[in-house]
Amino acid sequence: MNKRSKNANNINKKKLVETAIHGVFLILGLTTVSCVLLITVYLVISGIPAIKEIGLVNFLFGKTWASTAENPSFGILPFILTSIYGTAGAILIGVPVGFMTSVYLAKMAPTKVKNIMNSAVSLLAGIPSVVYGLVGMLVLVPGIRRIFNVPDGASLLAAIIILSIMILPSIIKVSVNALEAVPKEYEDASLALGATAEETYFRVSVPSAKSGIAAAIVLGVGRAIGESMAVMMVSGNVANMPGLFESVRFLTTAVASEMSYSAGLQRQALFSIALVLFLFIMLINATFNFFLKREKEGLV
Amino acid sequence: MTENENTKSIINVEDLCLWYGNHQALENVNLKIDSKSITALIGPSGCGKSTFLKTLNRMNDLIPEVKITGKVFYNNIDIYDPSTDVSNLRRQIGMVFQKPNPFPMSIYENVAYGPKTHGISSKAKLDDIVEESLKDAAIWDEVKDRLKKNALGLSGGQQQRLCIARALAVKPSVLLMDEPTSALDPISTSKIEELTLELKEKYSIVIVTHNMQQAVRISDSTAFFLMGELVESGDTERIFSKPSDKRTEDYITGRFG
Amino acid sequence: MIKEKLSFKRRFYIVIMRALMYICTSLTACLVLALVVYLLIKGIPNLSWEFLTSSPSYLTGRIGILPDILNTIYIMIAALIVVIPLGIGSAVYLTEYAKNKRIVSIIEYAAETLSGIPSIIYGLVGMLFFCQFLGMQTSLLAGALTLCIMNLPTIMRTTQESLKTVPSSYREGAFGLGASRWRVIRTVVLPGCVDGVITGCILSIGRILGESAALLFTAGFAHTLNGFVDGLGSSGSSLTVALYVYAKEQGEFGVAFAIATILLLLSFMINLAAELTQRFFRRKKTI
Repeated sequence: MNKRSKNANNINKKKLVETAIHGVFLILGLTTVSCVLLITVYLVISGIPAIKEIGLVNFLFGKTWASTAENPSFGILPFILTSIYGTAGAILIGVPVGFMTSVYLAKMAPTKVKNIMNSAVSLLAGIPSVVYGLVGMLVLVPGIRRIFNVPDGASLLAAIIILSIMILPSIIKVSVNALEAVPKEYEDASLALGATAEETYFRVSVPSAKSGIAAAIVLGVGRAIGESMAVMMVSGNVANMPGLFESVRFLTTAVASEMSYSAGLQRQALFSIALVLFLFIMLINATFNFFLKREKEGLV
Repeated sequence: MTENENTKSIINVEDLCLWYGNHQALENVNLKIDSKSITALIGPSGCGKSTFLKTLNRMNDLIPEVKITGKVFYNNIDIYDPSTDVSNLRRQIGMVFQKPNPFPMSIYENVAYGPKTHGISSKAKLDDIVEESLKDAAIWDEVKDRLKKNALGLSGGQQQRLCIARALAVKPSVLLMDEPTSALDPISTSKIEELTLELKEKYSIVIVTHNMQQAVRISDSTAFFLMGELVESGDTERIFSKPSDKRTEDYITGRFG
Repeated sequence: MIKEKLSFKRRFYIVIMRALMYICTSLTACLVLALVVYLLIKGIPNLSWEFLTSSPSYLTGRIGILPDILNTIYIMIAALIVVIPLGIGSAVYLTEYAKNKRIVSIIEYAAETLSGIPSIIYGLVGMLFFCQFLGMQTSLLAGALTLCIMNLPTIMRTTQESLKTVPSSYREGAFGLGASRWRVIRTVVLPGCVDGVITGCILSIGRILGESAALLFTAGFAHTLNGFVDGLGSSGSSLTVALYVYAKEQGEFGVAFAIATILLLLSFMINLAAELTQRFFRRKKTI
């Protein structure tokens, strides 16, 4: 009698331990979700008050940002447009260069070249943004000033150039992976039909790797729109409406540059800018995922 | 004139040798492929029959360590001569692979890929070619209402017939088939064997098969490969009833392979 | 007919595409080369043993980056200590425990979201949550915890990948012998994911090294020399933040280049370490 109940006790204890451990892992597993919730909640809580006070339309579409003036105005349209133009410019330059490089590396490069370039691209990816900013500050900015004869080289153009270099590694790495994953049978079939190697790569391999290459581009967009340190050092930091040779401020740099000395409504407005940036990025990712799902469903 | 004298050999292989690095995969192969007939290449795994097939449309060029000596004459022109344009060669000598490999595109785009590559851009012409090729491959009725749908949605047997249609769309004169039915079920296999018999009226076909019954069923000539050597070739009936070489006899009677 | 050359249109296409590929690849290669050479040329002359091992002194006007180096190391250690168990735990939950597909996709979506959030937003929320709400003030600890959240997806992903390579037959064998799930995980599964954890750590170290925006408002700018525990509780600038301040606000470009060179060399070594460990583990697994 005693032995049986002792056994039962042991089994119960074991089950308790199992359930407890399962619970521990469940909590650990939900960490990412709780982090995302935390971030969202904080951004919303801190960002909403200023928007309410300034007015949504005035905030998003107001053309003047003068946070420390006597009569402050908090229109962030200049920042929104600068971020959009800056990202678009970086994509326009970075994607074609990265794309062509990735096709060469994935399909045509001899192994030695490929390995060297892999290391080179990884190196590029590992360079901290402040280092890019430093080089930009001391090479690009004076360079632009001299070549284009403008009073100050710190401009949208400098930011675009730096950003396109910074997104190259992401674009190249992800595209190369996508291209290498294209089954060799597709390429064999194309060559057996009389297509040349180049025709095969661009007319069969690239379309087959479409979704991977799109993912690479979205990654690039995310990096460009979220970059703060490097652009802060090369773009001049004035709240102008964007012009190629104007000093400009991005959504990211707007937050970073005034945060340390801000107070009151100005400080809250900075949180609102962060909220806008966050929503922007969520929107971009959601749109991409939406199209990706449609693509996948259209396949079968 | 008798039929024998009229049958010209469309491909004439002379003293073909192939090395993968230091390993010799093909040794002094001499073979004539007859026009508008089906030639079967048989032999145990690794004997070189697929490698040999790929020398006929220079697909072995894609492998960097490969070295080839000897001559392969197509319509009396050596295809390994440096002045040969490989793209045009492969247009005339088409290939169907062991595992069906349609492009991840629509059925229409698959078949139109070849003609488009070779310069045909008029939509009307492409439409005609697509329809004709799909009909020649005996799959038109099954797909004519879903030409814009993705080719990967077809069954294995249908995909293989699509690949045949795709190869026919560039109007080759020779069709190379590398074990085209080994990945398919018996019903699809017999459909494709039927199709191949119809195709031999317009095309010269060389088919690699590990299935001897298939060779007997559909081929006019058979060539037996063993360890990189062409042991014996000739009329299918004769090879399978009265082989001259003992090795052929051993293989056919199932003593190995 | 097989002696015919390709049409002009096709030959043109081939030439243009080849040219574009060569040009773009050379451009990328030259960019990397130019950057590296420029940084080394400008940075190495400013490096000295004294530079690396002393703190800045206002009296002598000498600049040393030892505090910044230590701060960076402290942040790294603290962040890794927290993120490794969290990351492994999440990954284990996803691959071993979670049976509901919806929960799995929610967690994975959350991880993906986290990796897409810009670092300045991490810095902001880190400041609000760790520094203000939790009362840590501007401190290395707050910075480390912020970086921990940033790198959670990385550790999760690499651990998950290597967990997936443990064949299910191992698990089934252990279950078949009557082991409880936790015992199976502890003895059969976890040892198999060591390579993923190490890879994730190396990647995270690289990312932490290069991070600046998230540390600006959470860890601060001070250059005081501290021990590990003191350091965690006080504010301090990492190497990257120091570079920013020296360059942008103090015009000490020599110092900035020297720091940049150090960061470049460290980044290179980390890439090498990642490549070597991956090769090592790949070889181990194929035996």
